[in-house]
Amino acid sequence: MKNINLTVDDNPLSVPEGTTIMKAAETIGVFIPRLCYVPDLGIEGACRICIVEVDGYKNYLTACSTKVTEGMKVKTNSPAIRQARRDLIELILDNHPMDCQTCERDGNCELQDLAYSLGVRERLFAGQRKHFEIDDSSFSVVRNSDKCILCHRCIRVCSEVQGVTNLGQMHRGVNTVVGPAHLVAMKDSVCINCGQCINVCPTAAFLEKSATDEVWAALADPKKHVVAQIAPSIRATIGEGFGEAPGTAETGRTVTALRRLGFDAVFDTNFGADLTIVEESEEFIGRLKHNGVLPGGKKEEGHLNHPQVLPMFTSCSPGWVSFMEHFYPEMIPHMSSCRSPMSMQSIILKTFYARKTGIDPKDIYVVAIMPCTAKKYEMRRPELCDADGNPHTDAVLTTRELVWMIKAYGIDFMQLHEEEFDNPLGSSTGAADIFGTTGGVMEAALRTAAEKITGKPLDELNFYNVRAVTGYKEASVEIAGIEVNIAVVNGLNNAKKILEKVKSGEKEYHLIELMACPGGCIGGGGQPYPADGRYVLNREVLEKRAASLYKIDAEKKIRKSHENPYIQQLYQQFLQHPGSEIAHELLHTTYEPKEPRGIK
Amino acid sequence: MGKNENSTCSHCDMQEVAPLPSEIIEFIEDCLKGERPESQLIAVLHKVQLHYGYLPRPILDDVAQRLQVPTSVVSGVASFYHFFRLTPKGKYTISVCMGTACFVKGADKILEAIESQLGIEIGETTGDGFFTLEQSRCLGVCALAPVMTINGKVYSRVTPTQIPEILNKLREESIAE
Repeated sequence: MKNINLTVDDNPLSVPEGTTIMKAAETIGVFIPRLCYVPDLGIEGACRICIVEVDGYKNYLTACSTKVTEGMKVKTNSPAIRQARRDLIELILDNHPMDCQTCERDGNCELQDLAYSLGVRERLFAGQRKHFEIDDSSFSVVRNSDKCILCHRCIRVCSEVQGVTNLGQMHRGVNTVVGPAHLVAMKDSVCINCGQCINVCPTAAFLEKSATDEVWAALADPKKHVVAQIAPSIRATIGEGFGEAPGTAETGRTVTALRRLGFDAVFDTNFGADLTIVEESEEFIGRLKHNGVLPGGKKEEGHLNHPQVLPMFTSCSPGWVSFMEHFYPEMIPHMSSCRSPMSMQSIILKTFYARKTGIDPKDIYVVAIMPCTAKKYEMRRPELCDADGNPHTDAVLTTRELVWMIKAYGIDFMQLHEEEFDNPLGSSTGAADIFGTTGGVMEAALRTAAEKITGKPLDELNFYNVRAVTGYKEASVEIAGIEVNIAVVNGLNNAKKILEKVKSGEKEYHLIELMACPGGCIGGGGQPYPADGRYVLNREVLEKRAASLYKIDAEKKIRKSHENPYIQQLYQQFLQHPGSEIAHELLHTTYEPKEPRGIK
Repeated sequence: MGKNENSTCSHCDMQEVAPLPSEIIEFIEDCLKGERPESQLIAVLHKVQLHYGYLPRPILDDVAQRLQVPTSVVSGVASFYHFFRLTPKGKYTISVCMGTACFVKGADKILEAIESQLGIEIGETTGDGFFTLEQSRCLGVCALAPVMTINGKVYSRVTPTQIPEILNKLREESIAE
């Protein structure tokens, strides 16, 4: 490719044709201020903060969207450009609420950072303020349009990455507002609760619906036996909330921190993940037999809890589950009937654990620490509640909320020693750890399914062809002489691609893993906001988070879910065998089409 | 608009709306045969407004499904353009001229008088469905300033004190019909 010569602030440089001014400046270590720009989303050029002076142009040009040309002379920091950028931020602030001190993003807000770094030191104008109602109708996402600066990042992530396009820009001028169609309440929209809008929002226009007050109250209640379960991906990301580099695993300190906060027992959602794999692989083998892929013959069909079609779709990601119900309800029979690891863990806590400890299940308060805002919705799905409509999971905290609670308590996370989970619901195999990254559920399922099918131990436990944090992967693996076609996708726009291929029948698939968020749970909508200069969809950050999970897996003695001795014990003492009647009653679920219907 | 932005409109929720007429359905189907059918969205919305007098919410949802354009995009376009109405028009549309001549002759006082009598603002329709209030720019009859039109009929040299009489008379006539 041709190279283009230009100068940035009098520094000569040469970059490939097609490079933007912003990227060119980064090659010499100059980070042009920006606001609406996110590397993995489309270029909007909406905020104008990245404007630069270019010789021969009367107007300032946006560095994010302007490509370099031969001989271009760019100034990024002339007094005039600094003043213009400052004016732009002042104008954005003019109709922004003046409530930084009480705002959840205080100290972690891109608008605030820009106001500081561009030297805005007083509020000169009083613009017309926005007065929109806060929409907290959703179980997961709170929309506060007063804080919105119309950068459209949320609209882009909702459409370009998730293919949901729930968010759009409504009305015009001073009344412009970002929200669902007709500005209906979020709970009545096609929102799938994934929380990616929160991850990309530079301010606090989107936040998760906090459960911290309820959890503080439960912890302070002496009658309550408060237990925690932490999702596989939390250990890979929580350190970033305390300033650690991405990919630093912090399992032990997280356990200690939860005990310091006052939890009576700290369990691992990984145990639930192992249980999920045992049930899901049983279900998968049943479907293979039913369809003649494996010998064994047809099972009874037609029972809502035992659909038998192939390919089977994984069902751990509640954002994906919602998406399927709103956008592809005709494909419900493909969904694995297995509940997610969180929901399996919670119901085992309320039944098996309650019986074992002699604690009334009503007094057990289960807090799930999740990377995910959609888990706040999942716990309240009527299908997953008890006969009185009470959830088995009592509260879901995102990684961010837990980080905040630890800080708010005054716990010095980095000073903590490392403790172990409580047992028996705190022990897991390596297969469970990798649930937190895209491809992990597939790999874990293959390890167990392959052994059950062949009846022989696997020589190679690592299924490298389903690893890597890319959004769309297809592979074939040979099990007992049968070619099993698999696909692993994350980001729901990628889900659309594979679902359309399944519908068209152009290729026969057997098992498909689908995760709503980019990279899987490690890129979930509840993960810590990335540090300065990084972005949430950044592949390097996701790779480091994933690598730390694969490392934990590789270092574990037991790496196959069905070999977890505590899982074996659970079946012996309580669940009988995988796919038993009681397992179906407690560990499986159903799905139904949801309104409004999404547009594919 | 403004303060009511986040609340859903009672008209849209309550209104029983007739389904899309076959000629609009056929037009959408023709669009789908061509390239980039989504680019025909505004053309479709024009036809819908011509048929219903406004853009009913269930019809926007239907258009989104038929054209396979996300509902948030359809709703965004419909609410962006001044031309499109999201609420039905009243039996009488009052349009107060806010052009320069009318304005200096006190058009703002006329507007105030109407707003206070009907309890609606510009762009809104009374709950009983009788009156819709709009404003216009110069109608070209500055000699008659200030003017307003009601369903196209021009009222000239209007004073705020005449407003109750004009509006009550229309309402009485309408009820008598």
